[in-house]
Amino acid sequence: MEWETVIGLEIHTQLKTRSKIFSGAATAYGAEANTQACAVDLALPGVLPVMNRDAARMAVKFGLAIGARINQISIFDRKNYFYPDLPKGYQISQLELPIVGKGSITIDVNGKKKVIGVTRAHLEEDAGKSLHEDFHGMTGIDLNRAGTPLIEIVSEPDMRSAAEAVAYLKSIHSLVRYLDICDGNMQEGSFRCDANVSVRPKDQEEFGTRAELKNINSFRFVEKAIEIEVERQIDILESGGRVVQETRLYDSEKNQTRSMRSKEEANDYRYFPDPDLPQMVLEDSFIEEIRAELPELPGARCERFITEYGLSDYDAQALTASRDLADYYEQAVAILPTQPKLISNWVNGELAAGLNRDNTSITESPVTAAMLGQLVTRIDDNTISGKIAKEVFEAIWNGEGNADEIIEKRGLKQISDDSAIEPVIDEILANNTNQVEQYKAGNTKLLGFFVGQVMKATQGKANPKQVNQLLSKKLDK
Amino acid sequence: MSINNDDVEKIAHLARLAIDPAQLETYTQTLSEILDLVEQMNEVDTDGIDAMAHPRDTELRLRADAVTEENQRDKYLKLAPASENGLFLVPKVLD
Repeated sequence: MEWETVIGLEIHTQLKTRSKIFSGAATAYGAEANTQACAVDLALPGVLPVMNRDAARMAVKFGLAIGARINQISIFDRKNYFYPDLPKGYQISQLELPIVGKGSITIDVNGKKKVIGVTRAHLEEDAGKSLHEDFHGMTGIDLNRAGTPLIEIVSEPDMRSAAEAVAYLKSIHSLVRYLDICDGNMQEGSFRCDANVSVRPKDQEEFGTRAELKNINSFRFVEKAIEIEVERQIDILESGGRVVQETRLYDSEKNQTRSMRSKEEANDYRYFPDPDLPQMVLEDSFIEEIRAELPELPGARCERFITEYGLSDYDAQALTASRDLADYYEQAVAILPTQPKLISNWVNGELAAGLNRDNTSITESPVTAAMLGQLVTRIDDNTISGKIAKEVFEAIWNGEGNADEIIEKRGLKQISDDSAIEPVIDEILANNTNQVEQYKAGNTKLLGFFVGQVMKATQGKANPKQVNQLLSKKLDK
Repeated sequence: MSINNDDVEKIAHLARLAIDPAQLETYTQTLSEILDLVEQMNEVDTDGIDAMAHPRDTELRLRADAVTEENQRDKYLKLAPASENGLFLVPKVLD
């Protein structure tokens, strides 16, 4: 039987506020345990939550960016469950009336565009952290994270493959960083994802029973976890079994999902409106102010890069995946506006490879946009060849100075003077009479050999185009 | 009666409340009466009336995003039955 995969994602996005959603405690990551947990976060008796305006603003910003309906009246509810890293015994969340309603985002999988629906995005508070290392048979609790604002972004079950799910996740990831509402750090847990996965016979309308996958905290794991879960469900169905609705944990070391021990009523959260928090009413002016602040979004910027700079879909997408990278590219293009394609090749090529190799980010790149712009300018004005430019790039990367300084210091200036190249060519032709004869006998492929020899003799500094021309002239006469 | 003893036991368990078995019947009875009252209200025609979003007819106050709390960890840890290395300690949880 042919099976179809159905996937929906729930993405928890920590908002980049300075203070917590309902208290004035700091949200900075990595502080010493419990130094950023105040009386409100600890749920000491008598405390009351007071809503952070910027958390609402960031949620609205996200909603506007996905073309969603903004609920100008929204409600906070209590989601009740007991766990030591949730001191109140409930999480303040939004159930019936979330701040952001239905919207959508367009994804691109191998050049194929698809619109994925976003059901809703609601504000809620994060929980603390349990440390399960052994403290004399006890568990340690750090409540610094308790009360950090989140929006939970819930998608429609619109994705049909692990690749689509990853593309959607990346689009949302890119978007929240463009909007500057989340730092997107998956390792530190500021961007987390759960996946609802089910399979159904290809022509069946009804959804199959789903499993919820947790603990998938990298793009690669999302893809692998979904793939392995789909395989598991198909195996069960094909051997006549039934998929059980449950929460499963992905184990990246074993590359398998396993059932989480959970009681059947664990999902009975008994939501009710939080009496501590009256309805949140957002004025038109509040929303319009945010709309006016919206930056150019990744999709629009990608389209503009294609039309304005003549880039391929692939290059434009790579460059606009992050706002910082797109900014870097445009700063370099501003230096040499006639060569957007060449600059794109350098950014997506050497620069991307260097960042990847040194595991660093574009904002910390040792080669700044200005430096890259200058380097490419020297290729464009024939001061150096593309090949030598790679050597110069490495030197800039290693902190030896800017392109002009390195070209000067290392004597890398390209030889573009015929009178300097011709003697080298003559010498090489004189030393390789055999090859010259073969060439004249019709083996014209040997031109490459001669070019190579000349480049070698000039330490790569001869202008390759000129070398080609001069060689052809001499050999073909 | 809208709910039975099993429902009451389940709700009590979810809320981590201990119920004296001798009183179970009473709880089931009185809670059911409350639900029956709600059921009665369901009969009222509410067409054309907006749903009340919240029992209090006021608006949420929004505060500026500023860090106003100082670190008072040592005081808070003293309130806990057990702590170590700046952490609250609780009986082992497995997940």
